[in-house]
Amino acid sequence: MALFGSLSEKLSHVFSKLTKHGVLTELEIKNAMREIRIALLEADVNFLVVKDLVSKISEKCSGERVLKSLTPGQQVIKIVNEELTALMGSTNSKLTIASKPPTIILMCGLQGAGKTTMCGKLAKMLKKQGKKPMLVACDIYRPAAINQLKVVGKSVDVEVYDEGTQKPEKTAFNALKYAEKKAYDVVIIDTAGRLHINEELMTELKNVKKAVNPTEILLTVDSMTGQDAVTVAESFNNELDITGVILTKLDGDTRGGAALSIKAVTGKPIKFCGVGEKMDDIEPFYPDRMASRILDMGDVLTLIEKAQAAVTEEDAKKLEKKFRENSFTFEDYLAQFDQVKKMGNITDILNMIPGANKFKLNASMIDEKQIARNKAIIQSMTPYERRNPDCIKGSQKKRIAAGSGTSIQEVNALLKNFYQSKELMKQMSSGKGKFRMPF
Amino acid sequence: MGLFSKLFAGLKKTKDSIANKINSIFVGELDDDFYEELEYVLISSDIGAEATEEIIDEVKKLAKKQHVKSADDFKKLLREVMVNMLTEVEDEQIEYPVLITFVGVNGVGKTTAIGRIAHKFKSEHKNVLMVAGDTFRAAASDQLTEWSKRAGVRIVKYGEGTDPAAVVFDGISSAKAKHDDVVLVDTAGRLHNKTNLMEELKKISKIINREWEGDYKNYLVIDATTGQNALSQVETFNECVGIDGIVLTKLDGTAKGGIVFAIAKQYGVPVKFVGVGEGLEDITEFDPVEFVNGII
Repeated sequence: MALFGSLSEKLSHVFSKLTKHGVLTELEIKNAMREIRIALLEADVNFLVVKDLVSKISEKCSGERVLKSLTPGQQVIKIVNEELTALMGSTNSKLTIASKPPTIILMCGLQGAGKTTMCGKLAKMLKKQGKKPMLVACDIYRPAAINQLKVVGKSVDVEVYDEGTQKPEKTAFNALKYAEKKAYDVVIIDTAGRLHINEELMTELKNVKKAVNPTEILLTVDSMTGQDAVTVAESFNNELDITGVILTKLDGDTRGGAALSIKAVTGKPIKFCGVGEKMDDIEPFYPDRMASRILDMGDVLTLIEKAQAAVTEEDAKKLEKKFRENSFTFEDYLAQFDQVKKMGNITDILNMIPGANKFKLNASMIDEKQIARNKAIIQSMTPYERRNPDCIKGSQKKRIAAGSGTSIQEVNALLKNFYQSKELMKQMSSGKGKFRMPF
Repeated sequence: MGLFSKLFAGLKKTKDSIANKINSIFVGELDDDFYEELEYVLISSDIGAEATEEIIDEVKKLAKKQHVKSADDFKKLLREVMVNMLTEVEDEQIEYPVLITFVGVNGVGKTTAIGRIAHKFKSEHKNVLMVAGDTFRAAASDQLTEWSKRAGVRIVKYGEGTDPAAVVFDGISSAKAKHDDVVLVDTAGRLHNKTNLMEELKKISKIINREWEGDYKNYLVIDATTGQNALSQVETFNECVGIDGIVLTKLDGTAKGGIVFAIAKQYGVPVKFVGVGEGLEDITEFDPVEFVNGII
């Protein structure tokens, strides 16, 4: 959230006076703990979990290492991050596959958490992994819910089994028999969204569980959920003994503190997360990376992974050499555009950059259309001009603007941008720049 | 207000309502420990750190001034402070004919809210038209059609994948021809940080401004279980199309929807409707006093 500066910034502010006298006072630690507490609360981590965490962090921060450290702010952040990661767990947990097929996945959750969409995403993912999934429509309450699942099923080319608005446990039971006959090896059961305090519907869910004995019972939770996430997760877990959690709508700008609360309270792993509107937008959940997100420190790991997938090592080395020699040309610029594009949607990439929220960096500032225009401008240059941009003068600019369907102003802006980037690289490679990593 | 008693019932289901918590932490002394506990109690209702701080500062000041001694007096004072926070917001009444678009992130209950609000207007003898502007989500227009049947109102809809702006355009033409009093426009759920989807919304808004001569309101639908991210939603949707009111849904669960305090304070946007269930009647106009009584 852009409304509140990142925790690291606040902490450096608390400790900024410190550098002058060198020793951390109790008051400063108390202030720092207050900032941490607020940051976690603003990220929607449950207040009981926050209370517990802060007391643990406070204890560790009073240790000598932090007190005598030259950069106490960063030390404290490190401790916070470590504690969060410890709480979230560090390994990604996978979907359990039944030793004797079919694997039965029962989906449950509140209304609007995104169950039906998630069913489709799971089916598509499993299909890609070589499984033969089938969907079962057991939401008999919401108008057009069965129809929605059918449309979703059609879009991922997976069969949807339904028996209209019959009792869900009967439909689920019959679906299982059908799946065995048709040799489907995964059965995903979509159920109606329900409030955790609605006893009638919880009983219905328990009956479905009894009827099909699922391999996985996955609770779907909206990542924007606030303090109530704990109550919801606890109730579902108590009633159904869930096996895991799926976090949806993580492509929004929520910090997702609910993830931490749910893990802390139920002890059940978060297995997947939904990160977009398309049926491919499902990712395994990496708990350690979530800690950084909650603290608004960005998801550098995923970013690096994406970059690694898009840029070959050779490319990177070449680029680095050019950086050093300052022989970066428009041809490299063009290649860069393509590489960034390969990494995916610009908005997603931005979300992973630490502090991006703080700077209010968002997709409206980096316009994908503008990138396309810049590409057109570069492509309208002759190879010689691309390698020697200094030779681009008035008449060339006119020709380039006409060729790319842009204006001379836009060509000028791109040239300016290019020289600035070059200057920046010069600074970075000579080590004079004021660039420091967050840690 | 039978509905608010339903809301009460929903909120009371949580064994540890705020009032009970206050009773248990109020041991005669209004000291720092008490206020710290109170802070946690308010935060547990999603009121948020900043708004909570404001409420507590105000209550602290007044409690001292009025020499508050009992838990009941303190609760009364707290309620007053919280109601004030909600009533300070300027609230414009609607004028007929009115067109209301319902916007919000995915899964907050926009379509369901429209179904119930349509029924409400209809029972006030208004001519209501629904416009199925969600052409993205699978079967969204089927869902709205079902609601239009239940509420007994007209609907304008097209197939999936149609340009929503075109549906809205035709909806307005139809409403003008039939002299409808109320036009309720459904839109696809969109996360507020998706620029292209927000641009689409701007386009719809532009068409409405151009084609519709009556009153035009944008209501942001917020799920009561939403945490602090709701503020970000209000900010972005407000920037995009201007938000005139909030519809707070799913208050029949254990979530208390405390985020509306921060919304009132930071953005001055009033809450218009409150959803307390899935039935046709389960929506009501917002009443700050009842709402605060419901959570404390």
